[in-house]
Amino acid sequence: MNHRKTRDNNLNANDYFRQDVHVPPSSGYIAISLTIALILNFLPLPENILLFRPDFVAITIIYWGINHPHKMGMSIAFGMGLMMDVGNTTILGQHALAYCIAIYLTLILGRRLRIFNLMQQAPQIGLILLVMQTVIILVAVLGGAHLPGWQYLFATATGILLWAPISLLLSTPLKQKSDLNAL
Amino acid sequence: METTPQFFRHGPGPFARLLVFVFLSCLLIAEDLRFKYFPELRQTIGAVIFPLQKIAYIPTHIYDQIEESIASFYLLEENIKFRQQYLEDREQLLKLRALEAENTQLRKLLGAVQQIETNTQAKAVLAEILQTPRDPFSHKITLNKGGYHNIQLGQAVIDDKGIVGQITRLYPWSSEVTLLTDKNHSVPVQVLRNSLRSVVSGTGKNDELELRYLSVNIDIQQGDLLITSGIGGVYPPGIPVATVLRIERDPTDDFAQIISVPIAGVDRNRQVLILSLVQPVPDDPLEMPKIESQKN
Repeated sequence: MNHRKTRDNNLNANDYFRQDVHVPPSSGYIAISLTIALILNFLPLPENILLFRPDFVAITIIYWGINHPHKMGMSIAFGMGLMMDVGNTTILGQHALAYCIAIYLTLILGRRLRIFNLMQQAPQIGLILLVMQTVIILVAVLGGAHLPGWQYLFATATGILLWAPISLLLSTPLKQKSDLNAL
Repeated sequence: METTPQFFRHGPGPFARLLVFVFLSCLLIAEDLRFKYFPELRQTIGAVIFPLQKIAYIPTHIYDQIEESIASFYLLEENIKFRQQYLEDREQLLKLRALEAENTQLRKLLGAVQQIETNTQAKAVLAEILQTPRDPFSHKITLNKGGYHNIQLGQAVIDDKGIVGQITRLYPWSSEVTLLTDKNHSVPVQVLRNSLRSVVSGTGKNDELELRYLSVNIDIQQGDLLITSGIGGVYPPGIPVATVLRIERDPTDDFAQIISVPIAGVDRNRQVLILSLVQPVPDDPLEMPKIESQKN
């Protein structure tokens, strides 16, 4: 007889049920988080640190796209992309296009991503961020710029690393505080 | 209740929405790259995000103020140094005025065409480079003076070493400068050593300018200084632009490949001068002798 416990290393029902129940965020909360992300994106930084700055707006948009897709639509992503374009003196529509494609991928893969925990989500989010950066590079090359070096993709890497902390940060105010004295 | 999720979502599916927005984005990209029909669109969005940029700039302000208060210990020495520098520059300026007068006199004697009136008393506006995140693909920087401060499109921007670029976009409180290294930007220059006139254009790479359409056996050397020639009326003459870095003369090519490095820098905390617009060159060459006889 096989006494070895069959350890199912893949996801099982426990992982799914262990998810926290979150209070649905109000539109104001989403708006505030997007505004803070935009401010962080405009923050002036020294040249060498700027290389490692992730795209906060993209991460926030993907987070809301996964967890609350009915609140975060493609039009909001388009608007945020336009604001990023004007703030960064890039071609108008470059970031807008990239964010729309990122939201589209999130909407398609969103349900699948929700059952993973944060550390497992990060590489998949990284893939979406990579596609987004490729779109940005393509549009820029279309406008006649030279291809940047591979250091440009550092932003994707830091985005992957910061995904878990930012997700926690965004979801902490939404956790339902359980009443310890309740029956 | 507001929190009830929609189970049956009406409206177009995600792919249809993506197509609509992709089409819209491509329209905007094409419009921004080629046609530039709606500059007001950028202005309105710029006005919307202006408070956010202001907020984002607060930490840098605080850092600058702390830096200044620490550096104020050395203010006395700096003051002495600047006074000395000012006196030396003043002496050079006086010499320049004398040379200018002598130059016009000599030109008149030779009957040469009257040169563009050089504005040594041109009004210049001091501006600071806003350290907004620069896209690695666009060669543009943002200054903290805009339409509100009477800045106009096309004004040349210089720093203490040389030409930085030209103002190409105006917002109410800031303006965008296209750098020398932008692909669509050219400056008419002349070599200081032998007055060879040419045009230096940006290549799209940082710190690289190229001199196009010069034949292979042209008299130019590594280390030559290029200054503006004033032709074209955009940049006032005599301001340093770049130094020649390397020259590749391939006898099989028609033209030499000359790469030069711009002199000005665009680091942080740079203050730049926005020069007032140069008087345009009088178009009709037949008018020239008339001006001369009037002056006489």
